[in-house]
Amino acid sequence: MTENNSEFSTRIDELIPRLRRYARALTGERNAADDLVQDTLERAWTKLHLWRGGSDLRAWLFTIMHNVHVNQVRSRGASPTLPLDDDMPDAPVRPTQSDMLEVRDIDTALRRLPGEQRAVLLLIALEHMSYQETAATLGIPIGTVMSRLARARERLRIMLESDAGAALKVVK
Amino acid sequence: MSRQPITETDLNAWLDGELSSERNAAIEGYLAAHPDDAGRLEAYRRNDRCLSARFDAVLDEPIPERLTARPRRRRAGLLAYAAAMGWLVLGGFAGWHLHGLKEAEHRGDAPSWARRAAVAHVVYSPEVRHPVEVAADQEAHLVAWLSKRLGTPLKIPRLDRLGYSLVGGRLLPGDQGPVAQFMYQDGQGQRLTLYVRTNRDKNTETAFRFAQDGKVRQFYWIDRGLGYALSGEIGKEDLLRVATAVYQHLNP
Repeated sequence: MTENNSEFSTRIDELIPRLRRYARALTGERNAADDLVQDTLERAWTKLHLWRGGSDLRAWLFTIMHNVHVNQVRSRGASPTLPLDDDMPDAPVRPTQSDMLEVRDIDTALRRLPGEQRAVLLLIALEHMSYQETAATLGIPIGTVMSRLARARERLRIMLESDAGAALKVVK
Repeated sequence: MSRQPITETDLNAWLDGELSSERNAAIEGYLAAHPDDAGRLEAYRRNDRCLSARFDAVLDEPIPERLTARPRRRRAGLLAYAAAMGWLVLGGFAGWHLHGLKEAEHRGDAPSWARRAAVAHVVYSPEVRHPVEVAADQEAHLVAWLSKRLGTPLKIPRLDRLGYSLVGGRLLPGDQGPVAQFMYQDGQGQRLTLYVRTNRDKNTETAFRFAQDGKVRQFYWIDRGLGYALSGEIGKEDLLRVATAVYQHLNP
């Protein structure tokens, strides 16, 4: 455990900025993000005995953060995003006039993604995790990672393109 | 075009470098023939970069104090965090002042696990809402759980005759693995904690030893492969009386 502890304590400092980046993108709000990081670190310290030294600390911490976040969203009741199931077809995303005014930037676009798609996209685009790592971190099958990623990217693209005034460009 | 149909997930996997080289070649062939899809993937790549550009700045922001190793007493959970940071990052008590707990000269020869026990006492004994993880009303579960985690049968000493009733216990990370902390309380709310760890050192038995850090006094000893530290903010004589009772209870 002593080795675990010192390894943990030195590496935690390196990982805090990355946890903050992911949390910021996930929650879209600075204080909420740091609350999430703080809750994650607290859980990590109390669960330190469960971490196997030498295994992937980053994945372990991101998993904890994911679980904390999911619980927080759930306990808040209303999900900040549309609760879309994987099996449901994507809602038509051709923008309406008000959407075009609303979708101003990547923050807004990100917030409009279903939470589960956002998590996958961010782990891959920001953290550069492999599909396998993302699946392990989120506790979902790799096929689900891939389908959520494909949906997330396509939705984001359409939202951002409509934002850029290219709303009428019909793809496919 | 490949014989295998090309799906959306294939296109994304190509973008993320997740495909085998043969499959990569197949996708590239497909994209050459489908400029719309190629353009769409280019947009994905651009948006990924856009996300990085938007959020990478967070990496360089100064880390707020509340996320680093400065103990605060605002929240129950933070105390656990502060304790862990306190002993893991700061290495013992150096620079760490909670309840005026300081490195004392006569503390010098106390083993590190006894120091951890003192820190754990200082961290958890003032807790109002969450002093323990499992309360005394689930004592059987508490004993079974902690015995399992420590890998050795534990007993919880009864101290009621001395005026201390069991509050409950919790699992903590020790220097060699899981350790247990039991908390007792008297009628005035004065709390004692008994820290129990499995001892892998050569010592199998020691006499009672005394240590003090600020207001926290402590007797610690090793008995049949387990290290015990009884900590409290009561007089040395009183503490010794309790320590003796603990020892007798464990060695009937």
